[in-house]
Amino acid sequence: MPELHNFTLNFGPQHPAAHGVLRMVLELDGEVVVRADPHIGLLHRATEKLAETKTWIQSVPYMDRLDYMSMMCNEHAYCMAIERLLQIEVPIRAQYIRVMFDEITRILNHLLWVGCHGLDVGAMTMVLYAFREREDLVDAYEAVSGARMHAAYYRPGGVYRDLPDRMAQYKESKWKSAVQIKPFNEARSGSLLDFLDDFASRFPKLLDEYETLLTDNRIWKQRLVDVGIVSRERALQRGFTGPMLRGSGVAWDLRKKQPYEVYDRLDFDIPVGKTGDSYDRYLVRMEEMRQSNRILKQCIDWLRKNPGPVMSDNHKVAQPSREAMKSNMEELIHHFKLCTEGIHVPEGEVYSAVEHPKGEFGIYVISDGANKPYRLKIRPPGYVHLSAMNEMVAGHMLADVVTIIGSQDVVFGEIDR
Amino acid sequence: MSAATLETLSQNLQRCLGERLRSIAVAFGEVTIEVGADDYLEAMLILRDELDLCFEELIDLCGVDYSLHSRVAVGSGRYAVVSHLLSIARNWRLRVRCFAPDDSFPSVPSVTAVWNVADWFEREAFDLFGIVFPGHHDLRRILTDYGFVGHPFRKDFPISGYVEMRYDPEQQRVIYQPVTIEPREVTPRVVREATYGKADHA
Repeated sequence: MPELHNFTLNFGPQHPAAHGVLRMVLELDGEVVVRADPHIGLLHRATEKLAETKTWIQSVPYMDRLDYMSMMCNEHAYCMAIERLLQIEVPIRAQYIRVMFDEITRILNHLLWVGCHGLDVGAMTMVLYAFREREDLVDAYEAVSGARMHAAYYRPGGVYRDLPDRMAQYKESKWKSAVQIKPFNEARSGSLLDFLDDFASRFPKLLDEYETLLTDNRIWKQRLVDVGIVSRERALQRGFTGPMLRGSGVAWDLRKKQPYEVYDRLDFDIPVGKTGDSYDRYLVRMEEMRQSNRILKQCIDWLRKNPGPVMSDNHKVAQPSREAMKSNMEELIHHFKLCTEGIHVPEGEVYSAVEHPKGEFGIYVISDGANKPYRLKIRPPGYVHLSAMNEMVAGHMLADVVTIIGSQDVVFGEIDR
Repeated sequence: MSAATLETLSQNLQRCLGERLRSIAVAFGEVTIEVGADDYLEAMLILRDELDLCFEELIDLCGVDYSLHSRVAVGSGRYAVVSHLLSIARNWRLRVRCFAPDDSFPSVPSVTAVWNVADWFEREAFDLFGIVFPGHHDLRRILTDYGFVGHPFRKDFPISGYVEMRYDPEQQRVIYQPVTIEPREVTPRVVREATYGKADHA
């Protein structure tokens, strides 16, 4: 009898199911995974060190590039940390706008996740539907910030500007006639809020469609049920947060437990899983999209009725209006100081966390009173979840590794930073 | 956290940690405690297991290099390990700081046995700051390149690094060479003096 050894397989970094640049060294016993050793850092850009050399405001766009699938949520944590150090109030309308875009971001993230997770596991069609709906939401991003992904829309003190009154329209071209584009432009005839309202009323039905494709699908369940089970105790030991923790049956959501902005005024529920397997995490995320849609609707209603400022009027932090800057000496000085030196943040340290689509995203900043952070630490949820990879895949088949990576919802922008 | 919660947490910390607590500070609605490296592991176990504290989760652990920080007391050490803890049961947070005693060979006990999640966080702190964690079973570099030299997040490590990589057509392989970019600073770092902008300041 020849002696049989475990053999080692290199998974990634160019594997399509590795969600970016994950390299994993898998030790296999036949087709069963004995040990997994993820090698990360292939996308490391030293964001935290770069932030130490940039003024506070210049680092906002870096935040978009962390988890590049939930851009505005990253900015949110960063801006909130600065605001807490400066102890400034954000206008209520800006808070509602932030919450609305946080929830849009959550839907964006979960749609991409369900599409790609489906693709990994073998449900090819899902990604096409998911991207159809994502299109509308990135259009909303574009309408407020001009960018479809890297928005840099949240700023310390509020948001960059108020919501626009009209949406960009499709134009007639030699490929699309006026008749063809008319249905596309119908929802875009009003303001951004009308457009989002139209989306929010369509979306629950679309979610039902996705669920008919996946939830009771036999193949989907065979691939997901009882794969990558994490018990409540292990989830806490491994520092899980967000849908990964809720999938394991812990009702923990920062939006409810440590509410920030205006989450305490909004009505929504927290879905919780039972067994902590990949299927439960799938169900949790699907339900989260429905709840996000509910929040989105409430924000639209409020924002329609309550106009107001969207940026703090503290000009040590937020820029004065162009008009004021050109007619008033004081504002001119503020403008000059803000554009040359940037804002000065008082000495201290603060940790601010938001309920990011992937879990708890935290920003820990130490300031020594300068116009740049002394130290910035990003707490990425994906990093923590991926560190549990070895524990989650051990004993599973090779094909389940893909399912587990998918159900962890990892994005390498934030893991490698 | 509300003022009442902060008060309860501070009292519980003082009672449970006793002598091990070097200092406790409340600022911006957050509690920060400092413990010595000798008591670190013991204190962390108490923080996790004591029912009045009940920090089940380690949220974050990172290294900090205080060498250029003007206002941290001299003599406390250059490197510190800062952890953020979260209690799900009690719904509160805590920051724990532990200075490494020796600046030339910073070392702080590993908490991987207390919270398994510390594994990668400690590898990261080792990689970026060169802080060693005795008790960690697999202290390898994690974020930097294979074969990287130095600890890039130390304050004396330049932002551009020391080496750059390019493809050399003659040797037909990727080579490392000293960096060719000039260091530059677009906006200088400014710390304003305490009297800045005060009317009575001459």
